[in-house]
Amino acid sequence: MGMETESQFHVLAVDDSLFDRKMIERLLQKSSCQVTTVDSGSKALEFLGLRVDDEDPNVLSTSPHIHQEVEINLIITDYCMPGMTGYDLLKKVKESAAFKSIPVVIMSSENVPARISRCLEEGAEEFFLKPVKLADLTKLKPHMMKTKLKKESEKSAKEEESEVSKPEIEEEEAVIEILPLHQELESEQLETIVSSSNKRKAMEEVISTDRSRPKYNDITTSV
Amino acid sequence: MNTIVVGQLQRQFQDYIVSLYQQGYLDNQFTELRKLQDEGSPDFVAEVVSLFFDDCAKLINDMSTSLERPDHVDFKQVDSGVHQLKGSSSSVGARRVKSVCIAFKECCDVQNREGCLRCLQQVDYEYKMLKTKLQDLFNLEQQILQAGGTIPQVSMN
Repeated sequence: MGMETESQFHVLAVDDSLFDRKMIERLLQKSSCQVTTVDSGSKALEFLGLRVDDEDPNVLSTSPHIHQEVEINLIITDYCMPGMTGYDLLKKVKESAAFKSIPVVIMSSENVPARISRCLEEGAEEFFLKPVKLADLTKLKPHMMKTKLKKESEKSAKEEESEVSKPEIEEEEAVIEILPLHQELESEQLETIVSSSNKRKAMEEVISTDRSRPKYNDITTSV
Repeated sequence: MNTIVVGQLQRQFQDYIVSLYQQGYLDNQFTELRKLQDEGSPDFVAEVVSLFFDDCAKLINDMSTSLERPDHVDFKQVDSGVHQLKGSSSSVGARRVKSVCIAFKECCDVQNREGCLRCLQQVDYEYKMLKTKLQDLFNLEQQILQAGGTIPQVSMN
């Protein structure tokens, strides 16, 4: 099973103030995140690969030219920005089929309860009051982990579906006795079962049996 | 490395920074800022602070223009300027500057031109004062580093 190597989270930070961009960038770097900063909501959408239709700004389409190699694990945006506010950006992200799973965090220097609840209702994961502190950023990890784990489990679920032909083997311990002889199973299938099964120890003992030996009763079983 | 000299400089640094907190020039946010500085970003605080002072100069200048003509004050522009100044002073830990901004905003909200002008003058004074103080602090840091010492971590509770 191809376990992804521990790669850094990549955060897209949006703020119209240069000063604030510098601050949030350093905060995120210090929290071991990769950061891309942009100064507007529309630039953020562009970066993601969402193209805003010139005639109707409410229509978003995925640009066919964007490679989508950059995987964004979180978007953190200022609320008060000229043009597209952080709230507008949040809405656009959540309305897009391709990106709605990306967690969004809103920052604001003003503590306005109505604003906060509006953002949370629209799907923002967190609302940070500025100045944002290092301690605040620890709240981000669980949200970013969720999307990574989700992607990984989706991946391995797909692998299981296509390769395992006898899923019932994983269930019982007694199954070792009724396991078909090694010739009947493809070696790759065996390995997939082993890696995804809970009864790994038992399985490994079957695998480690010398395959050149055809005798059934040479397979040791231990429960 | 002359350990006696380094020790003296470090003590000087410590005393100075503590006094800045005690006199209200700086607040806890400045401590947070210092946490973000490390070997990878050794000049972060100086850079951010420099950006802040540049912002101050520009915003104060713009607001001054907006407040110039008694019959034609652009309070919207002034409000925007104060908002930005309040935000960045808050992020840097510039406590006195931030306090003036709060008063400034109140004058702006009620469209009190005289009050705004007074606040403008005060914010100008405060940021320049802080600029001098922090310059002295950074100089002390440099002296410590040049003498081969390390900058002490000062935690303010």
